[in-house]
Amino acid sequence: MAKATFSIRRGGREMAEMVDYTTDVTEGMVVLDAVHQIQAESAGDLACRWNCKAGKCGSCSAEINGMPKLMCMTRLDTIDITQPVTIEPMRAFPPVKDLITDVSWNYEVKKRIKKFKPRKPDADDGTWRMQQEDIDRVQEFRKCIECFLCQDVCHVLRDHEKHQEFIGPRFLVYTAALEMHPLDTENRTEDLKELFGIGYCNITKCCTKVCPEGITITDNAIIPLKERVVDEHYDPLKKLIKLFRKK
Amino acid sequence: MASNLVSITRRGFGQTMRKDNWWVAPVLTFIGLGAFVVYSTWAAFQGAHYSFGNYLSPFYSPELFGNSPHALFGPPPSWLPTWLPFSPALLILWAPGGFRFTCYYYRGAYYKSMWADPPACAVGEPRHNYRGERKFPLIIQNIHRYFLYLALFFLLFLAYDAWHAMWFAGPDGKEHFGIGLGTLVLTANVICLGLYTTSCHSLRHLIGGVYDVLSNKPIRKKAYGCVSGLNKRHMLFAWISLFVVGFSDVYVRLCSMGIFQDFRFF
Repeated sequence: MAKATFSIRRGGREMAEMVDYTTDVTEGMVVLDAVHQIQAESAGDLACRWNCKAGKCGSCSAEINGMPKLMCMTRLDTIDITQPVTIEPMRAFPPVKDLITDVSWNYEVKKRIKKFKPRKPDADDGTWRMQQEDIDRVQEFRKCIECFLCQDVCHVLRDHEKHQEFIGPRFLVYTAALEMHPLDTENRTEDLKELFGIGYCNITKCCTKVCPEGITITDNAIIPLKERVVDEHYDPLKKLIKLFRKK
Repeated sequence: MASNLVSITRRGFGQTMRKDNWWVAPVLTFIGLGAFVVYSTWAAFQGAHYSFGNYLSPFYSPELFGNSPHALFGPPPSWLPTWLPFSPALLILWAPGGFRFTCYYYRGAYYKSMWADPPACAVGEPRHNYRGERKFPLIIQNIHRYFLYLALFFLLFLAYDAWHAMWFAGPDGKEHFGIGLGTLVLTANVICLGLYTTSCHSLRHLIGGVYDVLSNKPIRKKAYGCVSGLNKRHMLFAWISLFVVGFSDVYVRLCSMGIFQDFRFF
């Protein structure tokens, strides 16, 4: 039976160390399986968050060989196991213990985004009518499992720690889902520019690369939102046209 | 079980736990973009060998003032100071250059490869300060849609150049339809630039993305679908068109200098 070595970050908020564990690997194993095996064999106190093991709960986010990935969706046959495989917690959030980080900042950010505000109901029974083709565009954004890998890889949060000024790709996707919804009447462009720091995004597309759900975050959510901010704040011609239309 | 001490602190420039060749893409981008910027700047300042018969280099199109028969308004104005370096390309190249410089794809590409901001995903950066595109100077990137309008206008001239490249002066002094290798190069150029321009993110927004409901606007919906389809390959079109536009100038230049003989199919 083949063996592989996993170099896992062990420790708390302040200091930690990379500890090497060697374990048996078999065909079809994912990184999370190896972590569970290590817990069972030699590190019973290894802290690791997980739940569905199917890439749908977004709990087991970590950095495998330096790239943000879901541990449950990273098959061992897709990585080089002849070298020690490094497993670290997400770097954009404060570490709690071992592979667990405190992601509560994300839940606070979500509360700051203006809620869905539908137009008046279309029918007397209080229901709305909309076309499938109009809702198709935002359907993609609903696939998000909130694993926060996009937040983790975003250099604005990861390296520059702009958590107070920038909401990150996940919540730009969330805002796009609301803002582009055919029934929604709320305007969030002012917030996007001033409070949510959309101008910090410099379109590196790293968020799109790491999304386990394959959401085209940059092209379909962030850039369209940037363009809406341009419409309202940086396009004098558009402003002029609006002014004349109002009259 | 072996161990070594680490703490989660900000990583320095180029530091990462990635084990793949993450530096290859930014280095290739740096070489590609850098080579194009150097060559196009050199070519723009030459002011010579930019036309050959009915062929006109795209770096010089539209030729507003110049000494070639393609000039729209004749030779350079006499009131221009002689100490000022004049080249027809300098009058117009800022427009397509600005379109590429403010392009959403290129922005991401050169921020990474030329400014290391970041060098690659999950790789440490050289600087602590970061302003993004919120403040001057990068806030100017929001002007992209205005360069798009200019780029669309320029496509008309490039399409005319491709058409004009199909008409060769005959021995009788009249123009005759024909196809040369240069015709194909200039036609490929306008097609590639057309694909790059019409796959633009700003165009996608302006043509339909700005609306939340498109089902009641069938023409816009169709146009939005087309631009969205092209937009998925925006990066590909950006690179192909960059190469072809540079090659078009090289081709016309080599023909004009007599280094290369244009091949006439008929």
